Amino acid sequence: MALRLPRIGTSQVAALILVLLANWMVSPQFFDFHIRDGRVFGSVIDVLNRGAPVALLSIGMVLVIAMRGIDLSVGAVMAICGAIAASLADSHTLPVVLAAALGAGLLCGLWNGLLVAVLGIQPIVATLILMVAGRGIAQLITEGRIVTFSSPDLAFLGGSGSVLGLPTPVVLTFGMLALTLLIVRGTALGLMIEATGGNPRASALAGIGTKLITVAVYMWSGLCAALAGIVAAADILGADANNAGLWLELDAILAVVIGGTSLFGGRFSVVLAVVGALIIQAMNTGILLSGFPPETNLVVKAVVVLAVLLAQSPRVAGHFAGLGVLLNRSRS
Amino acid sequence: MNFKALLLATAFSGALVSAGVHAADLTIGFSQIGSESGWRAAETTVSKAEAKKRNINFKIADAQQKQENQIKAIRSFIAQGVDAIFLAPVVSTGWDSVLKEAKEANIPVVLLDRDIDPSGKDLYLTAVTSDSVHEGRVAGEWLVKTVGAKPCNVVELQGTVGASVAANRKKGFEEGIASAPNVKIVRSQTGDFTRAKGKEVMESFIKAEGGGKNICAVYAHNDDMMVGAIQAMKEAGLKPGSDVLTVSIDAVPDIFKAMAAGEANTTVELTPNMAGPAFDAIIAYKAKGTVPPKWIQTESKLYTAADNPQAIYDSKKGLGY
Repeated sequence: MALRLPRIGTSQVAALILVLLANWMVSPQFFDFHIRDGRVFGSVIDVLNRGAPVALLSIGMVLVIAMRGIDLSVGAVMAICGAIAASLADSHTLPVVLAAALGAGLLCGLWNGLLVAVLGIQPIVATLILMVAGRGIAQLITEGRIVTFSSPDLAFLGGSGSVLGLPTPVVLTFGMLALTLLIVRGTALGLMIEATGGNPRASALAGIGTKLITVAVYMWSGLCAALAGIVAAADILGADANNAGLWLELDAILAVVIGGTSLFGGRFSVVLAVVGALIIQAMNTGILLSGFPPETNLVVKAVVVLAVLLAQSPRVAGHFAGLGVLLNRSRS
Repeated sequence: MNFKALLLATAFSGALVSAGVHAADLTIGFSQIGSESGWRAAETTVSKAEAKKRNINFKIADAQQKQENQIKAIRSFIAQGVDAIFLAPVVSTGWDSVLKEAKEANIPVVLLDRDIDPSGKDLYLTAVTSDSVHEGRVAGEWLVKTVGAKPCNVVELQGTVGASVAANRKKGFEEGIASAPNVKIVRSQTGDFTRAKGKEVMESFIKAEGGGKNICAVYAHNDDMMVGAIQAMKEAGLKPGSDVLTVSIDAVPDIFKAMAAGEANTTVELTPNMAGPAFDAIIAYKAKGTVPPKWIQTESKLYTAADNPQAIYDSKKGLGY
């Protein structure tokens, strides 16, 4: 049951620290904390809280990508599950609401998994179907309007609720991270996922139930997306089917890639995917605090992402090493 | 043959109107964009109600946000020989050929809510739209009047970057507060017209402006962002509506709920009733040949807590927002 530590990750953690320091430079109160109503407030908490949905998505996404798959439907699944949760919140108890929303997420994952594993459809196409149709399903559930609710039980799961002083979404994310780590690293499952991603045929011949694992991984991704959808709906006390989770699948994929997991499958790190999600959110929060005009948001984001990815590229690292050698030579 | 039939129909309906029966035989087709937002859904609901009020046979085609569907719908309306076509264009270009077909069939076209590319000006009868610069100006002038001579730092939640509505509402607000040097926009960021982003951006604004103590008012380009911002302020221990003034645009039901609870101050209405004035223009045009002005501007009404927000909420919430 030994939990393995992430094998690499220096560049990701360094990037996160650099982005946080940059935030501190543009906004000196960035690391300030204060406690109100038994809850910690501060920009760092905002980063964790606002980053929770993408972090949750990336926990599921990293497993899918490790299997050489991709799940484009997570944003739409968020919208579906948020819509279900918000529609039921005022008329049903919290366990029923959660069961319905999480169940819907698992069902969406099952659909994706069956398309990919049983019918053999390319993952990008298979999940594209639900990405497009899913938002429509969510709009059907909400009838195209923003469904609001006033249930304090569900609202507790959003940014306004807190557990041990931390916003509930942060606690849920860490809980999900711990659970996922326990399942994939505490057992041989992680190894089987990496093997399937590396070479599905060889893995099948070696006796790994690749189809079952594929379906299970897509279902886990659906579950993570459902949780993210519940958090997003609980946060704004309503479900906005048109906008909830919109384009977040791309942020989740980016988080996984920043976390060093290859899109060609194989080796993966769940922790670093979450670090990737936090880098993205730290950047977003920093831009909001900086007072830059909004037209520059995407440019700033693109430059930082490029820098983080370049720092991970072995070739660029090689060049820097070469530069170091040159410098040493000129010095001697 | 078409032309004669139309002339006959026109004369007939004209006779009916002059006889005091309101346009009973008018058939009007409406190519609606789809249901992209709550406002759009409300516009559809209100259009149907307005048509019923005037006894007009009203056909709505939902284009699901696609121009080709709208073009198909217009062609089918032309084939059915409707008396007029309403169009809420999803994009501003690419309408020339289909509008020419309508013109050749002598069917007047009225644009609702959005305008099209200037090259098509002679291809439609009139456009019923709101002036989004004016909406921003109304919001700004209200704030200037309310704060008086006190210094006031405003934070602005912009709509989606690049959206013309966002640019216009920003411009109008700046014009509205131009006369008052004590009212200043200190921070401005995009909240993408959504609640979630509105809340996130407001949280950062509060942190960046000394826990919100330096913020005197919030201006949001739409009510949804303001609903999110109000939640952010409440969670940070501020009192929106009293500590921090709020002014936003659209007049969706939920902002009236906040207003009734004393958490929002004012909203400027983007009326969902674009079809009403359009129906009146068409009836007058068919009956007496009165050519309406090229642009019919809808009213940008300002609502405050004094306007019985609870009653407005109750009347608006059934419209499909």
